[in-house]
Amino acid sequence: MAMTVELQAPVAAAPQQNASPPRLARLTRPLLGLLLPLSLALAWELAVRAGWSNGRLVPPPSKVFTTIAELARSGELTRHIAATLSRVGIGFGLGVAAGTLLGGICGYWSFARRLVDPTIQALRAIPSIAWVPLFILWLGIFETSKVALIAVGVFFPVYLGLTGAILSVDRKIVEVGRVFRLSGPAMIRRILLPAVLPAYVVALRVGLGLGWMFVVAAEFMGASEGLGYLLIDGQQLGKPAQIVAAIVIFAIIGKATDWLLEIATAPLLRWQDSFARQSGAA
Amino acid sequence: MLQLASVTKVYPNGVHALERFSSEIQLGEIIAIIGGSGCGKSTLLRAIAGLDRASAGTVTLDGEAITAPHAKVGIIFQEPRLLPWLSVADNIGFGLSELPAAERRERVARALDRVGLADKAKVWPRELSGGQAQRVAIARALVAQPEVLLLDEPFSALDAFTRKDLQDHLLDLWADARPTLVLVTHDVEEAVVLADRVLVMRPHPGRLFEEITINLSRPRDRNAPLFEQFKRHVLTALDRSLDRTVPDTQGRREPGGGLWW
Ligand SMILES: Nc1ncnc2c1ncn2[C@@H]1O[C@H](COP(=O)(O)OP(=O)(O)OP(=O)(O)O)[C@@H](O)[C@H]1O
Ligand SMILES: [Mg+2]
Repeated sequence: MAMTVELQAPVAAAPQQNASPPRLARLTRPLLGLLLPLSLALAWELAVRAGWSNGRLVPPPSKVFTTIAELARSGELTRHIAATLSRVGIGFGLGVAAGTLLGGICGYWSFARRLVDPTIQALRAIPSIAWVPLFILWLGIFETSKVALIAVGVFFPVYLGLTGAILSVDRKIVEVGRVFRLSGPAMIRRILLPAVLPAYVVALRVGLGLGWMFVVAAEFMGASEGLGYLLIDGQQLGKPAQIVAAIVIFAIIGKATDWLLEIATAPLLRWQDSFARQSGAA
Repeated sequence: MLQLASVTKVYPNGVHALERFSSEIQLGEIIAIIGGSGCGKSTLLRAIAGLDRASAGTVTLDGEAITAPHAKVGIIFQEPRLLPWLSVADNIGFGLSELPAAERRERVARALDRVGLADKAKVWPRELSGGQAQRVAIARALVAQPEVLLLDEPFSALDAFTRKDLQDHLLDLWADARPTLVLVTHDVEEAVVLADRVLVMRPHPGRLFEEITINLSRPRDRNAPLFEQFKRHVLTALDRSLDRTVPDTQGRREPGGGLWW
């Protein structure tokens, strides 16, 4: 409890006076990033309209949007998105839980690290997709094997990120804890946890990215719903617009979940002297 | 009273960092430890702080042996070592978590005021200058009201002007509660301006070489002829302590030194 109190940043004084000018820049910078893809899309649309290309294999943006709109209207889209999101959500949750637990234990307790880490490193060398046949045999073709695959994908970056972060906590700062005679649990709560947090958040975001990667693989192995199913279905029925639509939705939802994670953890990391902040002020 | 009795430290890699260092330091005394690089000053300070245990010999504070960090002993390092995720005020109050919140807040506010950083209470450590950060570190150590405050080259990373400023400041703070100060430094002037006694150390292995009592009244005038004289005295002692012929012949006459490992 004390930690949450301490982590609550002093709101009043911390924001500097020059925090307001970059606000405009913060709004315009994403727009700048959108310039290239939007103009490419526009150019393609015009090219198809002008008849320079028939747009059958690479559908123009308007066709993709129509597809998305149709899917949305029929309620199909919600069903597929919900299926994929719940797989990623559950898989990510399980992977994070396992990675955090094992990573925390192995990072903190060197005996456990020597015991467990070599095995985990060896397992990591296996491309995770190679587990698919085994998971299907063990867990069946339905949800469990899919979630397991996603969880495996999420587990490794979280585990590695956390052990690495714990091991690289500055000994000098740990010494401050020792000088103030912190007990073991207090040392974890007041020194290790906050020190590890930035790297842990990065690990979570990497894990989430891998979760999205693996959900596609998981849904390729025989799903009846989900965005990955839309991809396969589009391929088998020769509907490139549906494939591109699914890809666009993947991109949007993937980015949105990453952004949510970033927003959710930002208050915990406000003390950081990050590069982004510096360049934001410049 | 802080008592160092034959404190010896041999690191696991065989380095003989400290050899039978003995001294008695009275409550409220200011001691400066000076000596060449690698002569065991930090090792000695860490033993007094209870951060590293001596291989032999004892450190006792008021008759109580120190083997682990002690509530009455504070330490300030060369770097401020502030916790970047805590505001300045929370950094200063870090060691007071057992106090009721109201009292803690009150003591932190007083300490901030005392080091002249009352307006920085809610600021993050990264927003401080080097001198300000070191002042916060001093406040964090002093707010716990230690009986002994150890300082390991606390101002060596600062520019000359800030350093002089903080030396005066440290003396002001010391005058409040008069804790024992044991200060490691490389700066002869710093030693003479602050200390009641200067302990000159000699390397290979680190041991006490000479002890110089500075009986100048405070506040000390850095330009007074007597001040200059003490400075020169410490400087010559330091020069002699670093004379290469001393450790060399010593090393050859002590073949047993190699047997430690
Ligand atoms: N953790 C350690 N392990 C092994 N040897 C060490 C360790 N710390 C210091 N030493 C060695 O012990 C000797 C004394 O080191 P110490 O840090 O006490 O010197 P110092 O007087 O503080 O030097 P400086 O003025 O450069 O800070 C040195 O030879 C050093 O190499
Ligand atoms: Mg040192």
